[in-house]
Amino acid sequence: MFSSKTVARVGRNYSTWKIWPKKSYSTEATFETKPFKLHKLEEGPSTSVTIGRDEALLLYRQMQTIRRMETAAGNLYKEKAIRGFCHLYSGQEACAVGMKASMISADSVITAYRAHGWTYLMGVSPVGVLAELLGRKGGCARGKGGSMHMYTKNFYGGNGIVGAQVPLGAGIGFAHKYKGDGGINISLYGDGAANQGQLFEAYNMAKLWNLPCIFVCENNGYGMGTSAERASANTNYYQRGEYIPGIWVDGMDVLAVREATRFARAMCAEGKGPVLLETATYRYHGHSMSDPGTSYRTREEIQEVRQSRDPITSFKDKMLNSNLATAEELKQIDTSVREEIDKAVKASKSDSEIGLDELAADIYAVNLEPVIRGVTSLDTVKHVNIGSRVNLN
Amino acid sequence: MRNILGSFVKSAVRHVKGCSEFSSVTTIRHSSSFTYVPDTLSSSDGESTRMNLFQAVNNAMDIALGSDPTAVVFGEDVAFGGVFRCSIGLQEKYGKDRVFNTPLCEQGIAGLGIGLATAGATAIAEIQFADYIFPAFDQLVNEAAKFRYRCGNEFDCGKLTVRTPCGAVGHGALYHSQSPEAYFAHTPGLKIVIPRGPAKAKGLLLSCIRSNDPCIFLEPKILYRSAVEQVPVKDYEIPLGKADVLVEGENVTLLGWGTQVHVLQEVAQLAQDRLNVTCEVIDLVSIQPWDYETIFNSVRKTGRLVIAHEAPLTCGLGAEIAASVQSNCFLHLEAPVQRVTGFDTPFPHVFEPFYLPDKWRCLDAIKRVVEY
Repeated sequence: MFSSKTVARVGRNYSTWKIWPKKSYSTEATFETKPFKLHKLEEGPSTSVTIGRDEALLLYRQMQTIRRMETAAGNLYKEKAIRGFCHLYSGQEACAVGMKASMISADSVITAYRAHGWTYLMGVSPVGVLAELLGRKGGCARGKGGSMHMYTKNFYGGNGIVGAQVPLGAGIGFAHKYKGDGGINISLYGDGAANQGQLFEAYNMAKLWNLPCIFVCENNGYGMGTSAERASANTNYYQRGEYIPGIWVDGMDVLAVREATRFARAMCAEGKGPVLLETATYRYHGHSMSDPGTSYRTREEIQEVRQSRDPITSFKDKMLNSNLATAEELKQIDTSVREEIDKAVKASKSDSEIGLDELAADIYAVNLEPVIRGVTSLDTVKHVNIGSRVNLN
Repeated sequence: MRNILGSFVKSAVRHVKGCSEFSSVTTIRHSSSFTYVPDTLSSSDGESTRMNLFQAVNNAMDIALGSDPTAVVFGEDVAFGGVFRCSIGLQEKYGKDRVFNTPLCEQGIAGLGIGLATAGATAIAEIQFADYIFPAFDQLVNEAAKFRYRCGNEFDCGKLTVRTPCGAVGHGALYHSQSPEAYFAHTPGLKIVIPRGPAKAKGLLLSCIRSNDPCIFLEPKILYRSAVEQVPVKDYEIPLGKADVLVEGENVTLLGWGTQVHVLQEVAQLAQDRLNVTCEVIDLVSIQPWDYETIFNSVRKTGRLVIAHEAPLTCGLGAEIAASVQSNCFLHLEAPVQRVTGFDTPFPHVFEPFYLPDKWRCLDAIKRVVEY
């Protein structure tokens, strides 16, 4: 199913690993990725990728956690516990997890509304994500943002307007460069958003000033209900930065994404300016919860991807075949992830909503009038500042 | 300050009680509490059929496409019906060259529509949510609105209609709930219309499509399925710029548009029952131009005006109407004009029920103008 050459150094004393009994593991393994496609690049990322056992287990756990969390979110939506808008990331886990694996702590991320997985990877607990979805005060935005608007340190959100986050990403990249903090910015958007005019404005500024930005088009094949072929004159999204080097990567292969990101990140960090990544991926659910996701594609197509390209299953197979982990170990991870998410669901559901005093909280840093005008010209509500700044002090 | 906040909380609690009156489900957060009041047809309307709002919009576009070979319908996902099903079946009936999907690019959609209309097509564009119209703001405000003026009437894009769902829906949060009518009302050259239900929507949309001025047609999205009534089967137009007096009354004029009209009709009944006050309920229908004559005549009769809209207070359309009324009806006014609106906050996800100008807040405003 995949070509891998396993470089196994079997039998190293793995004393730091305490959960499972000592056993003969490969401590690392090397795999071949699908070839990358390149735009304006002489050389691309290496198609031979090596991963250690610890990291492999981490990436597996992260992908499973996101999958499980999204399943829980879908169920909560069906129970009508989550109201409004909810866009699930299931199927696309390898994109976020692979990128995160090549980031350093100074790096920043901004994405669109399919934000739950990224929020978790950037440091918010599953309770923080699920409670936010439920509009509860334990949510990472105290329930004020909901599905599309989640934030944490170096994670500039969840953004609701298609494509609007990408120029912001250029600005964040500018700040990294200006401050010389060693970080780069990753701005993510979908194949649908790739046709928004403001992306091209962002590309131009980023290249003009050689900003440390990775623009990532997560191409899941469908912009809402319209397939990429029906929406884009050029569906090679990695080429659409024209003067910006681009890389196409198999977005269902977490290791390929990790490697492409590492490569792109190094270019940015060396001052070579922006890089455009296209991750070829797939979403299992509809665009949002109101879209059953079957009117513009067949059930067979979804089934086929689940069976042959699923990012978690394929990575699991790689780990097992290369002896990076045993089936039992992975099962234990699955069980512990399930328990963690079940607990998070319970905790989130029993959490309360924020008080009414927060209706007019944090609209301004300094509200020049003490009150916010209300639903009648006599009604007012006190403006308060509650949240604290995460990224700037 | 504490007292002010206290009264706010009290009014919010009242709201929750109000909600449970029409909802059997009390455990789920509810909002947008209103009871839809269907329009009644006259015998001259001819044959009619039962439709909800999205079906009426669909029917109007069907008639427009059928009667005008230059008409085209386009927008994000409209080929298979759009997210609210307004264009369902139209591609099958009229073909892929007349009903088609666009990429996700609102500025491009508006610009394309302006170009199409300028070159002689009847362009019917959908912006998927009114909250997404802002990338197209430049095209609509600077290009569509000024096209005719800037070339001395040599060119125009009058055959452009932009349809877009607006307003609260119960769980839409920041970017699926806004009511942007006032932004556009500030732009000479555009016509802006908001229907209160299916029968009005059909006639008004056909008028917009056939109007020789660019129109923005805002459809209250909560009414798409919840508003059901008899709609004439025939092809008909309803004149733009005309308000409707829905309930006649003597003491207070209540003015709203879209969903709020239905809240106000219930408020009028409450005022009658609880305060023995008779209210005149007016649906403004047309935001730009707005029908000042009907409003002034009513206020001159009642001496009191309450305007209610979902959009925030400051610079909402209510401000324009209040200012015009005080200029033109000053000596008839028995009390200052009251506005009941959304708060001057972003549209809040968890606080939607408290944000909206619900019936209790409107009733409070009536009390104030009566007791002034």
